[in-house]
Amino acid sequence: MEWFDTWGLSLIVFLPLVGALLLMLLPREQEESHKWVSLITTAIVLVLSVVAAANFDFGAAKSFQYEVNESWISAIGANYHVGIDGISLPLLVLSGFVTLLSVIYSWNHWEEPRNPRAFLALMLVLLTGMNGTFVALDLVLFFIFFELVLLPMYFMIGIWGDKSERELPVFGKTVSVRLYAAIKFFLFTLFGSAFMLLGFLALYFNSADSVAGRTFDIPALIARAPELTMLPVAGWIFAGLFLGFAVKVPMFPFHTWLPDAHTAAPTVGSVLLAAILLKLGSYGFIRIALPILPEQAKQWAPIIAILAVIGIIYGALACLAQSDMKRLIAFSSVGHMGFVMLGIATLTDVGINAAIIGMVAHGVITGLLFFLAGSMSHRYHTRDMARLGGNQSLMPMLGGILAFTAMASLGLPGLAGFWGEFMSLLGSYNPLEGLSIGLFRTAMVIGAVGTVLTAGYLLWMLQKVNLGEPKAEWDGHEFHDVDKFEMAAWVPLIVTIIAIGVYPKIVFGATTDAVQALVQTAFGG
Amino acid sequence: MTNFLLAAAEEEVHEIVAGTGGFFGEYAWIMLVLPWIAVLGIIFFGKRMKYLGAEIAIAMLAFNTIWSTILFVLNITKGVVYEGAVVIAEIGSDLVFELGWVVDGLSIMMYFVVSFVGLVIFIYAVGYMEGDVRVTWFFAAFTIFAGSMLVLVGAPNLVQLIIGWEGVGLASYLLIGHYWEKKENSSAGMKAFYTNKVADVGLIIGAIMVGATLGTFRFSELSRAAVEHADDLALVAGMIGALLFFGAMGKSAQFPFHIWLPDAMAGPTPVSALMHAATMVTAGVYLMARTFPLYQNLAEDIRPWMVAIGAITLFAMGLLALVANDIKKVLAYSTVSQLGYMMTAVAAGGYTAGVFHLFTHAFFKALLFLGAGSVIHAVHSNNMSDMGGLRKVMPRTYWTFLIGSLALAGILPFAGFWSKDEILVTLGHEGYTAVMWIAIAGAFVTAFYMTRAVTLTFWGTYKGHGHPHESKPIMTVPLITLAVPAAIIGLLNIPGVEFGNTGNFTTWLGMREVVMGDHHASAPDWGMAAIGLGAAVLGILAGLALYARDRATQQERDEFEIPVLYPLLRRKYYMDDAALGLVWLIKAPFANAINWINDYIIDGMVNTVGFVTSGLAHLVYGGLDQRGIDLGFNAMAYGSGGSGERLRRLQTGQLQQYASVFVGAAVMFVIGFVLFR
Repeated sequence: MEWFDTWGLSLIVFLPLVGALLLMLLPREQEESHKWVSLITTAIVLVLSVVAAANFDFGAAKSFQYEVNESWISAIGANYHVGIDGISLPLLVLSGFVTLLSVIYSWNHWEEPRNPRAFLALMLVLLTGMNGTFVALDLVLFFIFFELVLLPMYFMIGIWGDKSERELPVFGKTVSVRLYAAIKFFLFTLFGSAFMLLGFLALYFNSADSVAGRTFDIPALIARAPELTMLPVAGWIFAGLFLGFAVKVPMFPFHTWLPDAHTAAPTVGSVLLAAILLKLGSYGFIRIALPILPEQAKQWAPIIAILAVIGIIYGALACLAQSDMKRLIAFSSVGHMGFVMLGIATLTDVGINAAIIGMVAHGVITGLLFFLAGSMSHRYHTRDMARLGGNQSLMPMLGGILAFTAMASLGLPGLAGFWGEFMSLLGSYNPLEGLSIGLFRTAMVIGAVGTVLTAGYLLWMLQKVNLGEPKAEWDGHEFHDVDKFEMAAWVPLIVTIIAIGVYPKIVFGATTDAVQALVQTAFGG
Repeated sequence: MTNFLLAAAEEEVHEIVAGTGGFFGEYAWIMLVLPWIAVLGIIFFGKRMKYLGAEIAIAMLAFNTIWSTILFVLNITKGVVYEGAVVIAEIGSDLVFELGWVVDGLSIMMYFVVSFVGLVIFIYAVGYMEGDVRVTWFFAAFTIFAGSMLVLVGAPNLVQLIIGWEGVGLASYLLIGHYWEKKENSSAGMKAFYTNKVADVGLIIGAIMVGATLGTFRFSELSRAAVEHADDLALVAGMIGALLFFGAMGKSAQFPFHIWLPDAMAGPTPVSALMHAATMVTAGVYLMARTFPLYQNLAEDIRPWMVAIGAITLFAMGLLALVANDIKKVLAYSTVSQLGYMMTAVAAGGYTAGVFHLFTHAFFKALLFLGAGSVIHAVHSNNMSDMGGLRKVMPRTYWTFLIGSLALAGILPFAGFWSKDEILVTLGHEGYTAVMWIAIAGAFVTAFYMTRAVTLTFWGTYKGHGHPHESKPIMTVPLITLAVPAAIIGLLNIPGVEFGNTGNFTTWLGMREVVMGDHHASAPDWGMAAIGLGAAVLGILAGLALYARDRATQQERDEFEIPVLYPLLRRKYYMDDAALGLVWLIKAPFANAINWINDYIIDGMVNTVGFVTSGLAHLVYGGLDQRGIDLGFNAMAYGSGGSGERLRRLQTGQLQQYASVFVGAAVMFVIGFVLFR
């Protein structure tokens, strides 16, 4: 396995691009071969990720493994530096896993204007961007991959998205839902990234010390954290990074692109957006912002915690006001990512572990919810909950899976969603020494109330959609319950939700040492 | 190289925490795991089986009943106690999450009650649910119910207890809303789940405080720290006690969280029986018993408050049973009232008294619900105004129901007498004299409403439709099976009476590491017994005086039923209206306001930035070549201006060109990457 140590991660990142290229070489008519090429490519990527996990030295989860560090753009000292530790490993596996399931689901679910070749190619490019972000250990490399995911998603939403039109509040203008959402998503994220890039550059220009010159290297910057965090501009740098990552998460009040993007995106787009793309932001906080600028992290922690709990309550309340099922699920992400950010804000190993398992759990649970919402609107041709109802009797299997996933989403203990919420609250009870205990304990109580509201909207949604008698307008309609492709895409997610719920060590076994080392180095506690 | 997944398989899967369990103790986890295997079996194979999967559930519960009986015998003869656990996660160096199982007097008692009462109810359900719309699903959810309760009572730590706790809540939601085609049923299920979820905030924060303070969630450590008056725990003990009690109030339907329980009658009757006897509502009392040392040693300040809530519950909710017309609602309010007794007892310091009442109540309340179900099955109505005179046509149901009623009313020598007497004695001994008198008055009310229920249902003339018949043996045999313990099981704990050197109920429950320190009289207090019995007899006499005469119509009955209390009681003290108002308050104005803020303010700002930028773009570049403007702003201008030519073209004809261009760009990136390095 010598070759895997050096080539493994690069294969995981760039194989999808090769697949995409292959797709482009195939004639447009051969849809079957497009599907198979994508399926095989993503399957190989997932297998490689699993091999990486299987050969991962969990005893040394805190250090980077499969590391490759080659000089790349020597003029600015940017290196091709990749590697994974216990924090990035679960996310890397998650992204391959969800993308493979998305390809399987896509098999017979195509939104207009079809064109599987282009859609699958975009999906593969997206996978490269996501995997690349999780393995990158160089700021330039990280930035490129971080931005790379924007384009495929932009096209997915803008081309395959919702075909209807809507009127913007206040302005009274009528816009195409998908174009508006795609542009908003793109510009919003670009806006954040611009500041993030400034932050990266500022880190670079201030990184020189007596031993070595300027660098974009993340581990090197972490090693120089004690000096970097004392810089006069460090506060501004953190603000820049914060904006970049907070938009992506998204944190309140930078979240408004998310409901629009999710609602407008095609099913698979929503799934990947929720399952992986949102995690790039919170991952950025853990990988870059916290360890490189620990003092600033401490100063900003209360603000992050406050915004996080606002997000929890705000997201849940906004859900209760929705009539569109997909938009409701989209807003639920705001609340769930609030728990993730609350965990990060505690700056403790409990909180950050909570954040990572929260990210993984949200990925599989909300990913599945979007699959389900997509399949529902595929069958009913509406997402309006006032028109739905009695789904459980029309399609017992689909209804059952929806009920299961809603339970997982409301954090039912014994399923994956519980650990992130519970431990994030646990972390808030005892935040890092020096942080305001009063503030964090208040956040804990508000967060706990948030779990009640979360249960509220999910139960309400289930009642509206699943229970009761079907509406008269569906009389005589033939509905096909879950088909085999949907089953193949969903069962692995269901199994994962239960497995992580019963045995969270699946995730914690990788993360705990790495997180502890991170907290130890950065905050000494 | 260590791989934790492989390592987990190799290492010893459980560690011995305490005790010498022998085979049956060390493998008691089977009782907790088996139900989940049964659930899968029912879901995947149930439809093909003769009784649609019920046989799997029944076999599982029979196995558990035998196992827990063996454990019970081992416990009283050899003093077997055991605690084992599997580590499911380690965070950092000092936070460990475990799943495990406890074998001690309290948990064995609960294993037995859940398994045995559950078994009887499941068998009954085979007859009751015959011809139902979804029998297999019913038994799957029913098994989740029993399984979650077993996980809960077997939990050695708070986190596992929470897992079982919420599992019970989920199962109740599924089962109460079993007939979800009707909105009122699904709403009742939601109400149960949701009311519990609100109370769970207390349990979860309480658990977090225990974990954060002690570095462990184990009950054994919590008890030890409480008995040793550990300083760090002493600081927050009152808070923890209050929070855990808050959680218990939800599950055990204490005032004002009782609102969900009467609505929970929307589910099929076996569900009500299981919920009110063995699972769900007893969970709160069980939690208080499990954490008893905390309340006994450190959280003493809050105990009077807990007693007060228990007392309000036992009396005020008992009164509501007086006016209910639905026979299941009579029993439901009766359960709430009896839970008030248990909670009052445990809060006052009567660990044994409270748990003993939980134990006896499980048998006679299950019996009463199954009896009510038998009647409902026969007359096709829940309302007592449609019943009457069933004594002659349903003799087995009548006699067993009568035994259950006498046990509930607290008539010597039936089960309820002994446990209620124990509670009264404890209240008197602990100095809660006023509460003791409330409890005695409650005994009067209990006897009164049960007399009313029996006379309206079984005496007089039949007022419903059709010709009711006695139920099939599959339903009446369970009734008789439960009538036996309802009659005699109270004898297990007569003060001063012991069964040779094995002791009695009190000593069995007392076989624990930590001394519980509650009061148990060494000889019967005949004075107190006489007062309690007197109140019950008076209640029966009063009931007979008012209801023994047959009244033909509902109106006739209304005229003599207490006119003053009626309006208040019929509206359930306006508690439901208040709760609905609260929910409406959150749902309507708050949620809509947030949505408005989102669309108009936050998004309005974002859109303003967009429009201003695009307007500026037009202004600056308007006269110039538009192709010079960058893609993002261009698209924004197009998108908002309504002339999305470019993207529209993209979407139709030249899509794959764009995609190719894009992939090409990505490939360029790779090439550049290779060249640059």
